[in-house]
Amino acid sequence: MTTTRRATAEPRWVRLLLTAVALGFLFLFLVLPLIAVFWEAFAQGAQTYWEALQEGEARSAMLLTLTIAALVLPFNIAFGVAAAWAIAKFEFRGKSLLTTLIDLPFAVSPVVAGLIFIILFGAQGFFGPWLAAHDIRIIFALPGMILATLFVTFPFVARELIPLMQAQGRDEEEAAVSLGASGWQMFRRVTLPNIKWGLMYGVILANARAMGEFGAVSVVSGHIRGETNTLPLHVEILYNEYNQIGAFAAATVLAFLGLVTLVAKTIVEWRMRKETEMLTAELPPEKTELPPSVATERP
Amino acid sequence: MFPAAAKRDGVLPGFRLGLGYTLTYLTLLVLIPLAGMILFTGQMSWSDFWATASSERALASYRVTFGASLGAAAVNALFGLIVAWVLVRYPFPGKRFVDALVDLPFALPTAVAGITLATLYAQNGWIGQHLAKLGVQVAFTPLGIVVALIFVTLPFVVRTLQPVIEDIEAEVEEAAATLGATRWQTFTRVLLPGIFPAWLTGFTLAFSRAIGEFGSVIFIAGNMPLISEITPLLIISKLEQYDILGATALAVVMLVISFVMLLVINLLQWWAANRHTKSRDEDAPADAPGAIAIAGGRP
Repeated sequence: MTTTRRATAEPRWVRLLLTAVALGFLFLFLVLPLIAVFWEAFAQGAQTYWEALQEGEARSAMLLTLTIAALVLPFNIAFGVAAAWAIAKFEFRGKSLLTTLIDLPFAVSPVVAGLIFIILFGAQGFFGPWLAAHDIRIIFALPGMILATLFVTFPFVARELIPLMQAQGRDEEEAAVSLGASGWQMFRRVTLPNIKWGLMYGVILANARAMGEFGAVSVVSGHIRGETNTLPLHVEILYNEYNQIGAFAAATVLAFLGLVTLVAKTIVEWRMRKETEMLTAELPPEKTELPPSVATERP
Repeated sequence: MFPAAAKRDGVLPGFRLGLGYTLTYLTLLVLIPLAGMILFTGQMSWSDFWATASSERALASYRVTFGASLGAAAVNALFGLIVAWVLVRYPFPGKRFVDALVDLPFALPTAVAGITLATLYAQNGWIGQHLAKLGVQVAFTPLGIVVALIFVTLPFVVRTLQPVIEDIEAEVEEAAATLGATRWQTFTRVLLPGIFPAWLTGFTLAFSRAIGEFGSVIFIAGNMPLISEITPLLIISKLEQYDILGATALAVVMLVISFVMLLVINLLQWWAANRHTKSRDEDAPADAPGAIAIAGGRP
């Protein structure tokens, strides 16, 4: 056993070297920036930090960021569930094209994502004159920022749910329907419990993007202070005004949200893994990757 | 259990609703706006479009964008492979924490990353002051763009490689070792070809995300036309001069590049998946405990 291990593992010094390189790289590019955010924010003490956060524009920026996320997420959930249901549980022509199109917003630059709505609804855009005549504001106002955020967060939930629902198959839902469940009952009692962690995972990622989006929202927001400034845009304005403390104080709020996202994501991943393990444990042995008997049967 | 039932499509409800909603939402939010942008360029003559898209400043911005993206993706390919390998293979304290931390760039808003990296790499920053002694300036140069893009695209290579490295079956390495291969030979001739499609996919994902990135870059780039101006920023500066057509022309160029990247990624994933299923099929004959059959059959 010991000889086998040595032959399929690197020498000790290689292992130590690689571990050191990997951890060093992650420290330099991930840990150090994370520490720096908080360090810079508290550079002149907790008092100044708190005052920067209490400022009216910072608070209205936080409120706007939360509002946009709260308005965007229900759309993401509804679309994600609908798309995953159709794609994962049914066969139809053009399915792989549809799956690719759902990923499209990830490939588009955030700046382009903002620009497309300026072209549709901006003053020189297709619907611009009509909107102006009816006194409806989309660009440089909340609706435009919501549209841009919807665009950039479009794939998140669907992308998590499609492979999950595909792996789960149709058996349970079909059993429910043949036992007389209505569509809604089947969804609430069978589908939803099965996909709840995957759904949660997608929502966490979409939420992080919705709250942190910069490029797309920046293009359509118009940067009107106290009105169309989200927290990331507020960070930019303060930073460009050389208000280092204010910019980093606002940034700590976003960094904190990011850390909460990471923790929530890790917990959900852990729950998902646990449930998959429970499921595979119930399956016949052919599904398990490497039966422990293999090791003992070897010379 | 009931193969006949599993094959039928018609039992489950909600196909029309799910697909209908998906297509409507996709068309309204993604397809019409993107098509609208392409139509909008119809207001320009072909020669105007070409003159804008291939102006000196635009060409320089493509060079900066592509060069920096390629550099960042290459750095992440190298270090991402090491990180993924270390995270899967070597035990060390705090591994779960480090593993979760890898996703930080997905959770941390890009504007926060941007101002933090700019501060870290500035002449008097934690990292910048040491680099300055060596005569290297990172912030406000194209090198700064590479640093920002390394941060933003860090998770892609690690996350695409991790499951593939986990899936490598021990027998493969054992066989190579038994046949007298050194560890390095086993790695370059047996393991690397196996993980290559996933590696390339991770690289392409990182590259494609880097091309469109805006928020993290603008703070550290210095944004000097012809030297450190990325294409998304050039689009914004055209917008700010009310040159919507010029901005649109560049955005269409970026959109075409996005489409190509999406196509390449899909092909790569298809390649990786097909290699995978092929080896799976060979490895698992019928319901026999496959691993034993192979371990017995190969030498």
